Amino acid sequence: MCLGHQHMSGAHELRTYVAELHVHTVVSPCAAAEMIPPLIVREALANGINLIAITDHNSSANVGAVQKAAEGTSLSVLPGMELQTREEVHLLCLFDALAELETWQALVDERLPPLENSIEYFGEQFVVDETGEFIRRETQLLCTSADIPLKEAVERVLKIGGMAIPAHVNRKAFSLISTLGFVPPNLPIDALELSGHTNPSWAYEKLPQLRDYPLIQNGDVHRLDEFMGVNVFRLAAPTIPELRLALHNQRGRSLAIRHSMN
Amino acid sequence: MTLQEIIKQLDLTLLTEQKDFSEVVPTCGYASDLLSCVMAGARHRAVWVTLQSHTNVVAVGALLELSAIIITEGATPDPDTISKANEEGVTLLLTEKPTFRVTGRLWELGLRDS
Repeated sequence: MCLGHQHMSGAHELRTYVAELHVHTVVSPCAAAEMIPPLIVREALANGINLIAITDHNSSANVGAVQKAAEGTSLSVLPGMELQTREEVHLLCLFDALAELETWQALVDERLPPLENSIEYFGEQFVVDETGEFIRRETQLLCTSADIPLKEAVERVLKIGGMAIPAHVNRKAFSLISTLGFVPPNLPIDALELSGHTNPSWAYEKLPQLRDYPLIQNGDVHRLDEFMGVNVFRLAAPTIPELRLALHNQRGRSLAIRHSMN
Repeated sequence: MTLQEIIKQLDLTLLTEQKDFSEVVPTCGYASDLLSCVMAGARHRAVWVTLQSHTNVVAVGALLELSAIIITEGATPDPDTISKANEEGVTLLLTEKPTFRVTGRLWELGLRDS
């Protein structure tokens, strides 16, 4: 069946987007030195991925550089961040526009503790340009909690126009489930994220409460060989409203998680 | 050791409704900030010491019928969390002291881990 010829209520033709929505760059101290814009773009495309989100720890510093590196290619790059909340929950915060992410970053900067990164302990935090050239070191300690409660974070991200997705909920560290025991009721999240070393049916079995939420799965890419490309979306465009429709299976938009190659 | 004595000795601030705490005798103590661990590890009617003040602590308190939750380092929960605790009959106590100090004092007062 060719969906493109069907009369869709959305009026736009739907396209397939293979998405990796949790990718770190060299500003995350835990990411490998190879996570620079041109290599991220090349590796994503080589894996058949045409939609990524850049989500560094509490930082948006390299998002614009990756977007520039992807110009003229078939890869779309969503601006994002992996926030660490007051409760030590990791939360993917995804936006359509860099300006929205910058609005969000301003709040995060206000709420981060005034601590400097320890390169020896955590690793380097490099801000780079679209070719991967060094611009500066980010001196703010990024691997720590911003003093923003989870609920406030989710609500503020929504208000700015973004989407919030608790990260790697199947993990033992920094996950919503391990830290807070269960998904708090009335949290306006669109989905939950699974990390690489599981699959949705296993996760649903281990954590039955996940059944109430759509799931996405990402490699939490800290190295070039960690791209998974298992989220297969049907969207009219690679935007937050379209992703939201797909996660809720509305207006013909959809998400299927295919088996990982890894 | 009653909860009333614990509140007095540790100079804890009561965030939820007053009850007859001289009737409440905690079974033991437990300290952790990971709620998944607390659900698996804390005993019924224990006193739980944590600096986590998210509203989910109330659900864990109700689930395990904890004698009280002592929130440390002045990490005051929001008003919704406190009213939820009142609805569920969960006692929330607050202190500016850190968890290490609070658990040390509880141990000195004779409370044990099981």
